[in-house]
Amino acid sequence: MLGAGAVASVLSSVMLGSVNLPARDVASVFFGEGSALARLLVLELRLPRTLAAFATGGLLAVAGALMQVLLRNPLADPYVLGISGGAAVGALLTMISGLGLAWISGSAFAGALLSTLIVFGLAHGTGSWTPTRLLLTGVVVAAGWGAVITFLLAVRPSPELPGMLYWLMGDLAHARGNVLPWLTLIVIVGLALPLGRSLNVLARGPLQAAVLGVSVRRLEWTVYLLAALVTAVAVTTAGTIGFVGLIIPHMLRLVIGNDQRLLLPASALAGGILLTLADTLARTVIAPEQLPVGVITAMLGVPVFLYLLYRSRT
Amino acid sequence: MSASLLSLDGLVIDIPGRPAGMALDFPLLPGECWGLLGPNGAGKTTLLHTLAGLRRPRAGQVRLDGDDLHRMPRRRIAQRLGLVFQDHHDGFPSTVLETALIGRHPFLRAWNMENAQDHDLARQALSRMDLGDLAGRQVQTLSGGERQRLALATLLTQDPPLWLLDEPTNHLDLHHQVAVLDLVREEVASGSRGAVMALHDLNLAATYCTHLVLMYPDGGMCWGPTSEIFHVQALERLFRQKLAVIDSPEGPWVRPVPGDRRTLA
Repeated sequence: MLGAGAVASVLSSVMLGSVNLPARDVASVFFGEGSALARLLVLELRLPRTLAAFATGGLLAVAGALMQVLLRNPLADPYVLGISGGAAVGALLTMISGLGLAWISGSAFAGALLSTLIVFGLAHGTGSWTPTRLLLTGVVVAAGWGAVITFLLAVRPSPELPGMLYWLMGDLAHARGNVLPWLTLIVIVGLALPLGRSLNVLARGPLQAAVLGVSVRRLEWTVYLLAALVTAVAVTTAGTIGFVGLIIPHMLRLVIGNDQRLLLPASALAGGILLTLADTLARTVIAPEQLPVGVITAMLGVPVFLYLLYRSRT
Repeated sequence: MSASLLSLDGLVIDIPGRPAGMALDFPLLPGECWGLLGPNGAGKTTLLHTLAGLRRPRAGQVRLDGDDLHRMPRRRIAQRLGLVFQDHHDGFPSTVLETALIGRHPFLRAWNMENAQDHDLARQALSRMDLGDLAGRQVQTLSGGERQRLALATLLTQDPPLWLLDEPTNHLDLHHQVAVLDLVREEVASGSRGAVMALHDLNLAATYCTHLVLMYPDGGMCWGPTSEIFHVQALERLFRQKLAVIDSPEGPWVRPVPGDRRTLA
């Protein structure tokens, strides 16, 4: 069902835009025919962007699901905890210092790792990660990164500035390169299957997991590195898009339960669908102007987050 | 003599901020059920966690097949011993059957899914714990006693030779307390299994345990067969509580004397 939804979301995203194309035209383009305009729209503009949106959404949802197991807290999300912000600062610093494009992913990864370390390290304190400490630390770190991004953009006035705002809100208009995000997504889902049962046990607490034969520290480090890597790739592709990692695993858990072997691949698909649809919406709502896609995901994500937080109090 | 399930070699448990206590030196053999008795904070849970390899001892070693437990892979340990915790935390929704099924984790390879046989083992464990009808229920909806029995069912599914139980009768009604301890006694008496459990009820400990360890808050330890250890003066000093003894054909029964708390001698 999710697979069909994925195809439908990609199709609708390719069809809709400032010029709507009927399904017939899109199909003919895929078969190597169609008008020049249709070919340009579909193959050059919309399809790459749609594929980038799908991969980014999938990555963010998987990152969220992984962090939620790691922290045993359904409120964990790369954006809320400031991980995306750290990756964005890393990427931005590389761009400003004039290093090549090849360095961007690496420094985004370093930024993501650094902020993960800060958040997890400080929030850990004594004992376990309490939701309050975790969220407070994450929110403050996220706000800090936001300020750094604004500062970097302000001291470096450039004609690109409007375009660079996507580091703050997330925007797929500047998405470049589909290979890295798709490769990462496929690898991470491939890894999810053998790691899945260990993650299921880890979700029941580190002591219980250790008693059942999980080498907890090694698994936690693996998940932590994977989550940071996945976030970094997503951020370098499309900026800091929030809440996908929060909404998707939560909704899926209600439907299919918390078996990570199902939840992680399903998150990849559903996250892809959500972001593809959100991006289509962002392109069409006030066309020909475009909204940053992060606006749409935040409008969906903030109520879900508040609901989860409210419910976790009881 | 049969091989020991676990041996304690000069084991001193590590309780932060407390001077080192006495070293424990004895093997746990199949057919033995050890009871840990002591007041709150004496280190019963710490000792159980140390025996499971979850905490490092301050001195000495826990040995499994002659190897230091703390150098062994967790998976190998999990095939040999299981621990039921005092408290249970369920962060995410999960069904009763899924929770029992995680007991199979140490025996499955990374790529294996749980097969029909694993499901059968989990279902049998649930019905032995009177939870057969609740297999599809969400864990969060269980009562305290049902959740405790589910933790025991997970241990039964894991089915290791050595059972470590931290207050297994916690939250249980009288019937289920006896049912659980009967089950432990049966499994231990079958000869291939052993158990170590922290208990608060002295009479249940005397009834069900072949051996006892008395753990004093100052780190003092005293251990041996129940008949030699279960003495009223030692227990009174252990709990700083005056006890009355009632002799019965099954051995002495003790009950606290109301209002007569002893100051620490």
